[in-house]
Amino acid sequence: MMVTILDIIIAGMLLGGIYALIAVGLSLQYGVARVLNIAHGEFIMLGAFITWTLYTAFGVNPLLSLALCGPTLFLIGYVLYIVLFSRLRVRAASPGAYEGNSMLACFGLLFIIQNLAILIWGADIKGYSFFAFPVDFAGARFAANRLITLGFAIVIGLVFYLFLARTRLGKAIRASAQEPEAAGLMGVNIDRVLALCFGLGALMAGLGGALISMSYKIQPTMGLEYTMIALIVIVLGGLGSIPGSFIGGFLLGLVGSIVTYVEPGLALVAYYVIFMMVLLLKPKGVLGK
Amino acid sequence: MALLKGEKVTRYFGGLAAVFDVSFEVQQGEALGLIGPNGAGKTTLFNLISAALTPRPGAIYFKGRKITGLSPYRICRMGVARTFQTVKVFPDLPVLTNVMLGASFGASPGLSWGDAAEEASEILEFVELSAVRDTPAGELTLANQKRLEVARALATRPDLLLLDEIMEGLNPTEIARSMELIRSIRGRGVTIIMIEHVMKAIMNLCDRIMVLHHGSKLAEGTPGEIAASDEVIRVYLGERAHAGS
Amino acid sequence: MNGRITTLNRLQRGIVPLVLLAVFALSPLVLKQYALILLTNTFMYIILAVSWSMFSGPTGYISLAPAAFFGAGVYTSAVLGFALPFPLIVITGGLASFCMAFLVGALTLRLRGIYFVMFTFGLVELLLNFVLWWEVTVTGTTGRVVPPLGNTTVFYFMLAILACLLLTAFRLKHSKYGFALQSIGQGEEAAAHTGIHVTALKMNTFALSAFFMGAAGVVMATRWTYIDPRIAFNPTLSFLPVLMAIFGGLGQLYGPIIGAAIFTYLEEFLITRFPYHYMLIFGITMVIAIRYLPDGLVGLVQKAWKQWSRRKHGAAQG
Repeated sequence: MMVTILDIIIAGMLLGGIYALIAVGLSLQYGVARVLNIAHGEFIMLGAFITWTLYTAFGVNPLLSLALCGPTLFLIGYVLYIVLFSRLRVRAASPGAYEGNSMLACFGLLFIIQNLAILIWGADIKGYSFFAFPVDFAGARFAANRLITLGFAIVIGLVFYLFLARTRLGKAIRASAQEPEAAGLMGVNIDRVLALCFGLGALMAGLGGALISMSYKIQPTMGLEYTMIALIVIVLGGLGSIPGSFIGGFLLGLVGSIVTYVEPGLALVAYYVIFMMVLLLKPKGVLGK
Repeated sequence: MALLKGEKVTRYFGGLAAVFDVSFEVQQGEALGLIGPNGAGKTTLFNLISAALTPRPGAIYFKGRKITGLSPYRICRMGVARTFQTVKVFPDLPVLTNVMLGASFGASPGLSWGDAAEEASEILEFVELSAVRDTPAGELTLANQKRLEVARALATRPDLLLLDEIMEGLNPTEIARSMELIRSIRGRGVTIIMIEHVMKAIMNLCDRIMVLHHGSKLAEGTPGEIAASDEVIRVYLGERAHAGS
Repeated sequence: MNGRITTLNRLQRGIVPLVLLAVFALSPLVLKQYALILLTNTFMYIILAVSWSMFSGPTGYISLAPAAFFGAGVYTSAVLGFALPFPLIVITGGLASFCMAFLVGALTLRLRGIYFVMFTFGLVELLLNFVLWWEVTVTGTTGRVVPPLGNTTVFYFMLAILACLLLTAFRLKHSKYGFALQSIGQGEEAAAHTGIHVTALKMNTFALSAFFMGAAGVVMATRWTYIDPRIAFNPTLSFLPVLMAIFGGLGQLYGPIIGAAIFTYLEEFLITRFPYHYMLIFGITMVIAIRYLPDGLVGLVQKAWKQWSRRKHGAAQG
C-alpha cells in the first residue's frame, strides 16, 4: 500500500515537472504581455520536432538540442510579437479588446504552425528511444528519461525564476507586469520588454518540447492538448504568477496520477472539472487570496 | 419616517475599514452633502447605498424597507439613482439612447421604448443637452458627460439621487451651471445626497452636511455648524491645505 | 419624426427578406446536389456565426462554447433518432442547448474577460472528454449512427432555423433589450445601476443564442449520419463562428452573415484546390483579418464609403 502511494506521488511529480515547465512560459506571456497564447502548444511541438529531427537525422544528443531549440523558438516568438501583437496592442480600444483579439490571432497562428509542421514532417506519430532503460527509484521503477526530464524541468524553472528575481532585465519585466505606464515612464521600452517576454515564453515552450520528445510520442497535432494543460495549470496557480505555475504544475500532475490510478479514462475530465471549479470558486488561483 | 436610513454601516477591504459604523438618516426632500478627505469612504458609502457593495455588518433602509442584499437594478427601480465619480456613460450609444435606457429599465414601471424616447427627450431638454442628442456619448466634453449621467439617473424617476463629484474637473462657468441644475432637480422634489469637493457648492446647496474621516462619521450638521466646527477645520480643511489645494 | 416606422415602410423593409426567403425556398428545384449541400453548410455556419454574435457582439463576452451547444444538438439527434418526429427532435435539441447555456450562464456570471473565454472553452473540452469516456466505458460504443434524412429535407430544416434566427436577432437588436445588451458591453456596472437586470438579460440571451446552435446541430447530424464525440464536440466549431463573425464585422447583423458565407465558400474552394494547404491558408487569412480588419469587412466597406462620399462632397464644394 505504501509503495502504491509512493508510486502515485512520484509518477505525479514526473508528470508535474513537465506541466510546470510548459505552464511557466504561458504564464509569462499572459501575465506580462497579456497574450493568452492558444498556440503555446504549437511552440512546444516545434521544440519537440526540432529535437526529433536533429536526433534521428544527425544523431545530435537531445540534451544538446535544448541549447538550439531555446534560442530558435525565442527568435520566432520575439519576431511574432513585434510584427503582430504590438500592433494589436497599440490599436486596441481597451485592454479587454486586446486580450480578445490577441487570443484570436493566436488561434490563427495555431493553424499556421500546425499545418506547416504537417507539411514538413507529415501527420504521423513519431518518437525515438533515448535513455529509455528503467531505473529503480524509491522502491519503484521509472524510465530514466522521465527522471532526466524532471531534473531539467526543475533546473530550468529555477534558473528562470532567478533571472526574473535577480537580474536587471528580469526586474524590468516584473515592473512592466505590475505597472505598464510607470515602467514606460522609467525609460523601459515597453514594446521591447513585452516582445522579450513573449519570446521567453516561446523559449520555455521550446525547451519543454525538447524534453517532452525524450519520453513521449510526438505528432504535429499534439499542441492543443498541451496548451490546455498549461492553461489549467496557470489558472490553478493564479494567472501570471510564475511560482504559482510551478506549484500548479505539480498539483495537477499529482491529481493526474491519482485519477489515472483510479480510472485512467477520466484524467482529462478531472482536469477540466478542476479547471472550471477553480475559475468559478477561486479565480485568482488556489493560492490566491 | 426617514426616506433613507443607515444603521451602523460597515465595510472592510482586506483588514482596512473603508466605512466603519456609520449611521445616518436622510429626510424626504432634503439635500445632504457628504464631505471628507480623499479616501474617507464617501464613494464606498455610495456603493453601499446603491448596492454595488453589501455592508458587513450593518443595514440600510429605503422608504422603511430593508434594502441590504438586493441587486443594484432592484435598488434603482425602487427609486435610488446614482452617478459615478469617474464618468460611466455608454460611450458608443447616442446621448438619447443613454437616457432612454434609464427611462425604459430604471423607472418603475418601465416605459415602452417609444415612450422612453419622449421622456428622454424631455429630460435632455431639462439638462440642456438636446443639441447633442444624437451624438455618441463618448464624444461629449467631460462637463456634458457628467450632465448626461445626471440625465440618465433622472430618467429612472428616482426619489433619491446620489451625485458623486459631478463638479470635479469643471471650470467655474460649468460649476455655476451645475449648481443651477441641482437646484432645479431639488425643485422637482428629488432628495439628493452629494459628494463634492467644491465647498461653495456644498455650502450653498445642502441643508445638512455629513463629514467622513477614515471611514467614520466625524461630524454632522448644517453648513453653518460644519464651517464653525474646529475639528472639521483641523481634519478636513487642514489636510486640504496641506495637499496644496 | 424619423424614428416612427409607418406601415408602408415596414412592408417595404419586409419585402427584401421575404423575396430572399422565397428564392432560397425554391432553389432546391434548380440546384444540383453539390450546390445544395454547399448552401446547407453555408447556412449552418451563418446560424453559428449570427447566434454567436447575437450575444457576444453587443456584450463583448467572447464565448468559445458554440461547439458545446452545437454538439449537444448533435447528440440529441443521435440519441433520439427516430423515437420522435423530426421537428420535435430539432426543438428538443435546441432546448437541451438552451438549458445547458442557461446553467453555464448562471455559473459564469461573475467571470469577466479572459476568465469567461477560458471557462467556455473548457466546457467544450470537458464535454468532449466526458462523453468520450462515457461512450467507451458505460455504453461501450465509440460512435453512433444517425438516421439520414435526405439532402433536400436537411436543406429546408436548416433554412427554417436560419429564418427564425434572423428574425429573432433582428427583433432583439432593435428592441430595448438589444440596446440594454450594448450598454452591458460598454459599462456593465453602470448598466446595473440604470435598472437593467444584467444577470437575467445576459443569461437569457446567451441561452437563446444556444438554442439555435443546438437546433442546427440536430439537423446537421442527420447529414453526417455517423457521429462520435470528436465530430460532435469539435473545438474548431467553437472558433470558426467567432472568426467568421469578426471577419465580417460585429456592428451590423449582416456582418456575420457575409463573414460566414465568405469563409464557407473559401473553405470549400481551398479544400478542393489545395487539400494539403487549406488549413494553412485558413490560418493566414485569420491572422491577416485580425491584424488588418479591426472592424471587419463591413467596417472596411463603411469606412471606404465614408471617405468616398466625403471626397465627392468636397469636390462638389471645391
